[in-house]
Amino acid sequence: MLTINQVSLTFNEATPDEKKALQGINLSLDKGDFVTIIGSNGAGKSTLMNVISGSLIPDVGDVLIDEKNVTMVPEFKRSKLIGRVFQDPMAGTAPSMTIEENLAMAYARNKKRKLRLGVNKKRRELFREYLNTLHLGLEDRLTAKVGLLSGGERQALSLLMATFTEPNILLLDEHTAALDPSRAELITQLTGEIVENFHLTTLMVTHNMQQALDLGNRLIMMDKGQIILDVAGKEKQALTIEKLLKEFHRIRGTQMDNDRAILG
Amino acid sequence: MFIPIFQAVESGIIYAIMALGVYLSFRVLDFPDLTVDGSFVTGAGVAAIAIINDVPTIIATLLAVIAGFIAGSITGILNTKGKINPLLSGILMMTALYSINLRVMGQPNLALLNEDTIFTQLTAFWSSIGIDDVLNNMLTSFGVENVPGTWGILFVMILITAIIKLITDYFLKTEVGLALRATGDNEKMIRSFSANTDNLKIIGLGFSNGFVALSGALYGQYGGFADVGMGIGMIVIGLASVIIGEALFGTKSIMRTTLAVIGGAIIYRIVVTLALRVDFLDTGDMKMITSVLVIFALVVPKVISSQKEAKRKKRKRIELQNRLKGEA
Repeated sequence: MLTINQVSLTFNEATPDEKKALQGINLSLDKGDFVTIIGSNGAGKSTLMNVISGSLIPDVGDVLIDEKNVTMVPEFKRSKLIGRVFQDPMAGTAPSMTIEENLAMAYARNKKRKLRLGVNKKRRELFREYLNTLHLGLEDRLTAKVGLLSGGERQALSLLMATFTEPNILLLDEHTAALDPSRAELITQLTGEIVENFHLTTLMVTHNMQQALDLGNRLIMMDKGQIILDVAGKEKQALTIEKLLKEFHRIRGTQMDNDRAILG
Repeated sequence: MFIPIFQAVESGIIYAIMALGVYLSFRVLDFPDLTVDGSFVTGAGVAAIAIINDVPTIIATLLAVIAGFIAGSITGILNTKGKINPLLSGILMMTALYSINLRVMGQPNLALLNEDTIFTQLTAFWSSIGIDDVLNNMLTSFGVENVPGTWGILFVMILITAIIKLITDYFLKTEVGLALRATGDNEKMIRSFSANTDNLKIIGLGFSNGFVALSGALYGQYGGFADVGMGIGMIVIGLASVIIGEALFGTKSIMRTTLAVIGGAIIYRIVVTLALRVDFLDTGDMKMITSVLVIFALVVPKVISSQKEAKRKKRKRIELQNRLKGEA
């Protein structure tokens, strides 16, 4: 479904600020895989997401979606295949537009945009049904401007918008990190439900180790632009935070330096 | 007094199309596009030179719209493909257009006084219907002494502007229109939903300047001339219309906002007309009046709301003091 071959990316090459963000990353996801990615700040998690989505182009290496090489396909074209939720709840929706208009834009993701009305009666019903699954009462506020929603509501809407057209790949970039614990819990639970429902092939970056353990069937740990740990299936189910930290220590010979990664 | 106001409304409604163009770039795309100063003249110039060369007036006007569309698209290309800052893209295009307009017109000033324009043709047809007499008789019975020569321009301009408004309203609700609005609202987001924001900006600026050029073409035919300097300060007039309209009539929905922008353009003309009747102001002061108007429209609402806020807090403070006193 998603294959990443020998992808490397260096920022500010040959300057004092040189940063090897990705170093020869190889990764392959099967259809329906739900992979959680952890690692400290600067490990290259977000860069990897950006390379997959097309907002960054790697120095070398290829990105393949459904066997098709998309390394050079511009972001807006690639996003026909990719749904994405950002960390910032403000980033995934258009604040001055209504809930139904936002959903209509997301609905057009994998279609050609035409000069027909974005919201019609039939679609409104469809949107209402989808919003119903969030259990936030948003289905009764279709014509409210999204800027009026709370951060949690906006992130739930972003999640719905990124997923209800069933993208080939779903990218979640610390999408619960900016929310309070109870909202984060809600979005985490919704994420689990939605990915399950639509059988989405998902990559989720998180700083919350517990979340990384709870969700998904495979876990990847990144450090200094490399994948240093990759566990799946039963082995992943048996993982705990302590084991993960010990594993990091064993591989890197240092303590994990980021409190956020531990405390989540 | 009636005639100047009547003319202000007439020209205001022609300017309203330009204001709708400015609304598209400035508000919908969030792109402060200064091309407007040039493309307004492009519209007037292209229409004038075409009419002088015996092109039918409607086709001449359409040519003007196409020229404006192209000018706006080039600004968009400069910004998106050339990665030039939006303001600078507009300034570069506006400056280039000054020379282009001179080339198109062949001379700095073109008179249309002896030519058939859309409006002379229209008034000829209109006066044969006889509505003018009815309306003017009504006015005289209200005691108005000087009555307008024709109501035709006003009625037809209301019709044209209304059609353009309705098309804009509809367009902004289509799938493409929604993507265009999102480009101005949250570009990163709409790109992640597979919209080509570069193309949307180019098309959006094209439409915006197409409207501006249409307004220029109609204004040139209405006034009977095209002048290479007639566009100076046009962006500020457009902004004045958008800001005044939004402040007075509200922005609840797209339909409401476009109506507000049209209203703003008319009110702007009326205010300027009234201002120019003050003895110590003359026509040369018009640009200054416009700027002052925009400054007022931008500052006054903020001052009012901050004063309201201060009053509210003071009231709460007094309430708290009174309550504490009561308890003590």
